[in-house]
Amino acid sequence: MAATAATTNDTLGSEPLLVVDDLKTHFHTPRGVVRAVDGVSFALGRGRTIGVVGESGSGKTVLARTIMKLNLGSSVETTGSVRYQGREMVGLTNKEMRQYWGKEIAMVFQDPMTSLNPVVKIGRQVTEHLRHHLDMDKDTATETALQLLKQVRIPEAQKRLEAYPHELSGGMRQRVSIAIAMACGPKLLFADEPTTALDVTVQHSIMNLLAREQSDRDMAMVLVTHDLGVVAGRTDEIAVMYAGRIVEKAPTTTLFSNVKMPYTEALLRSIPRTSQRNHTRLAAIPGRPPDLINPPKGCAFSPRCAYAQSQCFTELPPLVEAGPGHQYRCHFPVGTAANAEAFATNVAKGLPQAVSIKVHDDSVAAQEGVA
Amino acid sequence: MAGTGKAHLRDPNEVMLRVEDLVVEFPVGRGNTVKAVSGISFDIKPGETLGLVGESGCGKSTTGKAVIQLPKPTSGTVVLGGDDLAGLSGEALRRKRTEIQMIFQDPISSLNPRRKVGKVVSEPLDVWGLGSHDERSDAEIEEKRQAMMRNVGYAAVALGALVAFLAASKSMAIIVGVVIATVYVAIKKAYLKANADRIAAMTKGSPRVNSLLEQVGIDPSVAIDKHAHEFSGGQCQRISIARALSTDPKLLICDEPVSALDVSVQAQILNLLEDLKAEFGLTLVFIAHDLAVVKNISDRVAVMYLGKICEISEANDLYARPAHPYTALLLDSVPEPDPTIELDTDMVEEGDLPSPINPPSGCRFRTRCPYATDICAAEEPQIRAVGDDHFVACHHPLIDPVEV
Repeated sequence: MAATAATTNDTLGSEPLLVVDDLKTHFHTPRGVVRAVDGVSFALGRGRTIGVVGESGSGKTVLARTIMKLNLGSSVETTGSVRYQGREMVGLTNKEMRQYWGKEIAMVFQDPMTSLNPVVKIGRQVTEHLRHHLDMDKDTATETALQLLKQVRIPEAQKRLEAYPHELSGGMRQRVSIAIAMACGPKLLFADEPTTALDVTVQHSIMNLLAREQSDRDMAMVLVTHDLGVVAGRTDEIAVMYAGRIVEKAPTTTLFSNVKMPYTEALLRSIPRTSQRNHTRLAAIPGRPPDLINPPKGCAFSPRCAYAQSQCFTELPPLVEAGPGHQYRCHFPVGTAANAEAFATNVAKGLPQAVSIKVHDDSVAAQEGVA
Repeated sequence: MAGTGKAHLRDPNEVMLRVEDLVVEFPVGRGNTVKAVSGISFDIKPGETLGLVGESGCGKSTTGKAVIQLPKPTSGTVVLGGDDLAGLSGEALRRKRTEIQMIFQDPISSLNPRRKVGKVVSEPLDVWGLGSHDERSDAEIEEKRQAMMRNVGYAAVALGALVAFLAASKSMAIIVGVVIATVYVAIKKAYLKANADRIAAMTKGSPRVNSLLEQVGIDPSVAIDKHAHEFSGGQCQRISIARALSTDPKLLICDEPVSALDVSVQAQILNLLEDLKAEFGLTLVFIAHDLAVVKNISDRVAVMYLGKICEISEANDLYARPAHPYTALLLDSVPEPDPTIELDTDMVEEGDLPSPINPPSGCRFRTRCPYATDICAAEEPQIRAVGDDHFVACHHPLIDPVEV
């Protein structure tokens, strides 16, 4: 699943595995309507990977849960369309969803300690899916579970079948979650921050493992994460979410080489990198993501944006096509003359976020001078 | 990795904290002990930031806590400003501890949920009677002063009227009373006018608490009467930092202070720590598992594995030329936000960390090390120099050792 240049249009001709169109998830709360997902559209072909990136509260997890129909309760309102293999999924009952869960679509969650049942042995947690979905008998299921645990590189797999989740380390538990998700050979996997709770070395192993399983099984994956570093080398396409909307979507290499949306640029700038010298000033994004009950008028990022002009506070920018598969929402896209002008105006006005970027750039330049 | 040895320690006169042979062990029953930290030594110069990095379970947090003597290390010395903290106890230790403060990983749970923010930040001041009496209670004194003036005024009016009544008549008493009251009101007006700025600047919080909160970018007039749960994670971490700064510590131990935060907020907090460090000349121990974060803030970085120091070096040199195979492994695992970097997709490690109850003999990293040979199992490597301010504990370092 290494990112290649020809990432986008291979699904033309036949319909992609998953097509999401204008999907909205609203939660009705006493304070008002929370627009957690507000009109998201994307398509995902067989065996491909899309990364969904954003800060906490951007709606990325709710998006994944909405597509899987895991949002419970009467306060949830879902509109729009999700087509899986050509079949509409919005509006299906839980009973109808059961033929998809596990067999067709599976999910790996962030915290393996809470997603595994603490009082059931690992072996039974894996075989339960096999017996329920694939009607295996007990011995075949146990044998298959053992194979699965070996596939996810759990040492002493036979012994682990009899272990409880608390007896395993975080990395091992996440491997078990992956084994369970893989058990029935799904064609689509949602991985919601699968490595956020883990050490870098373990994260690297788990991501390699997911990649290997994915290519072996020709499985498509939606990788939800806040870490641009994780998605950089491991996705075909990236969708950046902010305040419930996709603000930029592009093939992975394009996104990093030709950023258009100031929010994506700001995220990239605020990450410390090992390639920079120490004490390089980071360009922090001031403020916080907006309240999803009363989102700002116009562009949701405008109050934190270094390039925002009066137009940005009143008019929601439309999704604009920048190239093949590359879309963004911005009135003053990065890399244009209008953007440079807006930045100069804001620096002159002393807008804190614009000044902070200037300080960052100067610091990087100075550090490079030292090096 | 094992790294014993003290080749990397510097002149004791130049450092403010010197930790030697620190050992922390926890009994876990059946005569077993968890060897969390096994004989590490390091030092920090004033104004320096030391990064401690490693996987979970490597003992980096335990090391941070052992410095502040929570709990006391099993053995070893922690010398801060000439005193060995490990040798102190009771009141002497309590007093010395004000020089060290700590910031924790989870900002929301490290603040008392039932206390208001003003109280959270002022508690260390109240405990220690810091920020001197008049500084803490300027507002209180002002209130008392005005109450006294009021009482004196009333008394003067009453007394004057009484004297006039006894000496002369009822109408005389009224005239004298009104004259004195007018004089009192005039004096009070003049006083309030002369001190208007000072009184207006006095809010409910003490000036010290207000300035601490302002320094970390929190508006005291809004924050002081709120509880921790009304703030976001980043704001709570700022409040924790304000609390830690309240005793004017010499040393600030930050235990994964940004791990629970979003990247954008993480950058805000890292910048804030750099600013405060420059302003107050703070010395920092920065514990984290994120190698990029550690590099950004640290002057010097120590890499830990299973309770030992593997490598300690000036930050830029460590990342440019890792000498220990474990450091190299960590650096290869860092996900860089750059899709053009080739990933090593073959690495799918099977095992876990070895148990800290029964750590491997010799070099503790040998069970995962691609370069391990017989000597690694037999002998514990000593820390030696591989460059200018760059030390490693390995039998087969990736860069050649230098003679000192």
